[in-house]
Amino acid sequence: MTGTTLVTARERALAVLGGDPDDATLRRYLHGIPGVDAVGLEQRAAALGTRSVKTSSKAWALDRIISLIDLTTLEGADTPGKVRSLVAKAQNPDPADPATPRVAAVCVYGDMVPYAVEALGAAHGDPDDGGISVAAVATAFPSGRSSLDIKLADTAEAVAAGADEIDMVIDRGAFLAGRYGLVFDQIAAVKDACRRPDGTSASLKVILETGELVTYDNVRRASWLSILAGGDFIKTSTGKVQPAATLPVTLLMLEVVRDWHRLTGHKVGVKPAGGIRTSKDAIKYLVTVAETVGEEWLVPHLFRFGASSLLNDVLLQRQKLASGHYSGADYVTID
Amino acid sequence: MSFLEYAPAPESRAILSLRDRYGLFIDGEFVDGRGTPFQTISPANEERIAEIASANAEDVADAVAAARRAYERVWSKMSGRDRGKYLFRIARLVQERARELAVAESLDNGKPIKESRDVDVPLVAAWFFYYAGWADKLDHAGLGADPRALGVAGQVIPWNFPLLMLAWKIAPALAAGNTVVLKPAETTPLTALLFAEILQQAELPAGVVNIVTGAGETGAALVAADVDKVAFTGSTGVGRAIAKQVAGTQKKVTLELGGKAANIVFDDAPIDQAIEGIVNGIFFNQGHVCCAGSRLLVQESIHDEVVDRLKQRLSTLRLGDPLDKNTDIGAINSAAQLARIRELSDVGVAEGAERWSAPCELPAEGFWFAPTIFTGVETSHRIAREEVFGPVLSVLSFRTPQEAIAKANNTPYGLSAGIWSDKGSRILAVADQLRAGVIWANTFNRFDPASPFGGYKESGYGREGGRHGLGAYLAPAASRSARAARAVEASAAPAAKTRPAAKADAEAKPAPAKRSRRTSKSAEKGAAK
Repeated sequence: MTGTTLVTARERALAVLGGDPDDATLRRYLHGIPGVDAVGLEQRAAALGTRSVKTSSKAWALDRIISLIDLTTLEGADTPGKVRSLVAKAQNPDPADPATPRVAAVCVYGDMVPYAVEALGAAHGDPDDGGISVAAVATAFPSGRSSLDIKLADTAEAVAAGADEIDMVIDRGAFLAGRYGLVFDQIAAVKDACRRPDGTSASLKVILETGELVTYDNVRRASWLSILAGGDFIKTSTGKVQPAATLPVTLLMLEVVRDWHRLTGHKVGVKPAGGIRTSKDAIKYLVTVAETVGEEWLVPHLFRFGASSLLNDVLLQRQKLASGHYSGADYVTID
Repeated sequence: MSFLEYAPAPESRAILSLRDRYGLFIDGEFVDGRGTPFQTISPANEERIAEIASANAEDVADAVAAARRAYERVWSKMSGRDRGKYLFRIARLVQERARELAVAESLDNGKPIKESRDVDVPLVAAWFFYYAGWADKLDHAGLGADPRALGVAGQVIPWNFPLLMLAWKIAPALAAGNTVVLKPAETTPLTALLFAEILQQAELPAGVVNIVTGAGETGAALVAADVDKVAFTGSTGVGRAIAKQVAGTQKKVTLELGGKAANIVFDDAPIDQAIEGIVNGIFFNQGHVCCAGSRLLVQESIHDEVVDRLKQRLSTLRLGDPLDKNTDIGAINSAAQLARIRELSDVGVAEGAERWSAPCELPAEGFWFAPTIFTGVETSHRIAREEVFGPVLSVLSFRTPQEAIAKANNTPYGLSAGIWSDKGSRILAVADQLRAGVIWANTFNRFDPASPFGGYKESGYGREGGRHGLGAYLAPAASRSARAARAVEASAAPAAKTRPAAKADAEAKPAPAKRSRRTSKSAEKGAAK
C-alpha cells in the first residue's frame, strides 16, 4: 500500500492553510470551518438509518461489509495462537461457504505483527488486490500518553515487522488544550515513520478517539487537522473508550472527507471502529458512506470497519439469505 | 450493480382491507350520500382506490343535526375526564393501526411511506394523546374557570396532510367539548374514512364526529350550515371566501392558509445541517406544505457554495413509488396541482430565473415533478411571491441581516420562517423582527402538539396546537353562546332570568359534570341555592 508521501501532504497543507501549521494558523483555520448543529446532524444520521436494504442490495451489502472489515484483536491477553486463529478466520470467514469474501485486514498490537504476517503467508497483501493487510495500532495506543520518540519507535518497529497499516492515536490532551500545532507535528512525524526503506509507506489511520473529544465541533476540527497533517484514513475510536463509533460521528467525518475531496481532489478514508456489532448497523454505515461521499468510497482503501464480533453476525445474515432460515451461533466459528 | 439503486423495498398493501365504496359517516354510521359519488385515485399511478360518496347540502344538514344532538344529549354532559378517555382510546387505536393508516395515506395522497410512517401517523397519535390530557384541565386553558365549548364545529381540511390535519382539527375540538362535522379534501378522503372506522372501534358516542366527503360545494354547504364554529385549512382564496361567508354571523372562525416562507441562511450557518434543512424545508411532502421554506434567502457570500451543495444533495434524492420505503419524493397529489406547479415554473423561466431540476427519471403514469431550484430569483418575480405548493425552491440572496429581514417580511403571507446561524444572539434578534407565526432556528418543518401554529397576514388567523389551539374551541364561562342567548330570548326561561349569566350558561349546556373538585363543589352550591 502506498500512502501519499509527507512532502506532498505537507505542501497540500501549506497551500490550504496559507501558512506554517503552527497553533495560531491552525486555530484560525479550524475555527473558521462552519460549525455543526448537533440536533441536525443526528437527525440526518437517523434518516439515513431508515433506508431499507433488501434482497439483492442486502446480499451485496453483506459481502461488501466483510471485505471492508479490519478483523481486530486488541487485548492484553493476545498471544501468537490467538493471532493465528484470527488470521485463519480472516482468510476463510465461513468454512461452509468458500465463496465468502475475505476481510480487508487483521488489526493487532505492534508486537503481534510478525505472527500475523507469518500466519498470512501468501495471503498477505493489498486488500484492493484480494490480499489481507496487517494493521498495527501504535503510538502508545490507546491513550497516546508517551513521548514522541517512543511513539515513533513504536510505529517504526511495527512497519519494520511488516505492518501495512498503522493505526495511530492523536494526543487528545494536546488537542483539547488547543495545541493544534503539536498534534499536527506528531501526526506528520508518525507519517514519516511509516516510510519503508524502499520508499513506499505504510498507510496511516489517525484515531481521533471521538468519545474523548465529546463535541461534534471538536470531531470536525480534529478530522480536518488529521487530514491536513497527512493521515490516509481518519478513524473514530480505539474501541477502549465509550462511546466509540456512532453513526452521527461517522457521518460528520465523511462530510469532512467529502469537503476535503472537493477542495483538493484528494481522497481520504474513514474507519468507524468500536461498537458496530450487527449487520443491520453496518448496513446503515454503508448507506451513509454511499449517500454522503459516494459509492466509490466503499472500497478497502477508503472505508473500513474496525470490528470483531460484527463478522459473525454478517455471516449469520449471509447464511440466512442463502438458505432462507436462521442458523445460530454454532454455525459460525469463534476466532 | 449500483448499491445506491437500492432493490425495491415496497411496503405491503396487504394490511389494508378497503371497501369498494365508502358512504358518509353520519351519526356513527356509514350512510349513502345524495350527491354524485366520485372515485379516489392513487396519484402515483392514477389507479382507482375506491368510490366515495358525495354529501349534498341536505346530507351536510343531517350531519350537523347529528352533531347537534350528540352535543346536547351526550358530549356536553360528559365529564372532561370521560372525554379524555375517548381521546386516549382513539390515540391508542391510531398507534395500533399505524401501519395500515400510513399505507392508506401514501396510497391516496402520494406521499412517501417513510413520511406517512415516521411523521404523519406518529404526529396524529401525539395530537390525540396531547389533547386527551387537556380534556379535564380546561380550567387552565387560559380562559378562566369553567370555559364552555362552542357547540358544533364545521371543519374543512386540505389534501396535503389528510390525517394529520384531521387530528389537528378533531382532537382539540373534542377535548374542549365540541362535536364535529369534518369534510376531508376531495382527493384524499381515504384515511378520514378509516378514521371513522377507528371511531366506531373506540365506541365514540354516535354523532360526536361526523365525516362528510365531497368537493368544494360540500365544504361550502358545511360552512353555511348551522354550526357554531368554522375551522379551515387550505388556500388563501378559499379562506377569504369563507371569511366573507361567515361575516356577520355568530360563527367563530379560524383559518390556516397559504404561505411563502423565507428560509434565511447566514454565512456562519452550520452548513451541512442547513443544506438538510433547506431540503427538508421545501422538498418534504413534495413541497405540499403550507409552511414550506419556499423562498431561500442566502447570504451572498456563500450563495454559490450553498447552491452547489444543494444541487449535489438533491441529486441523491430518490423519486418514485410512494410505497417504497426508500422513496424520498413521492407523487404530486393531483393533475390540477401538477398543472399549477408546471405553470408557475414556466413563469419562473419566462421571468428570467435560472431553472435546475434534479436528474431523476419520472414514472410514466401518475403525477410527478422533479425537485427544482430556481436561482437568480428577484423579489419582483412571481415565483418569489406566489405559493407554488410543490417541490420548487426559489433562491434569493441578501447582504445584511436587515436586508434579510426586509426581504423575508416582504410577502402577503406570514406563516413560517427559518433562520440558520451558529450565533444565538443573531437568531433571537432576527426572529424578533420576522412577521411569521412559526420561526424555526437551525431546523425546519418540525411539529409538536404542544406548540401553537398559525399565521400572520394572509396566512390566516387563530392558532392550532398547544394551549392556544384549545382557545379556538372554547369561550370564557361568562360569555353566553349565541345559541344559548337565542334560546333564552325565545323561551324566556324564568330560571335563566333569576340566575347570573354564568349559571344560565351552565343550564343551557346541561350539567357539565366534569371540572375540578373545587368548581364542581361550587356548582353544587349554586344548584342548592
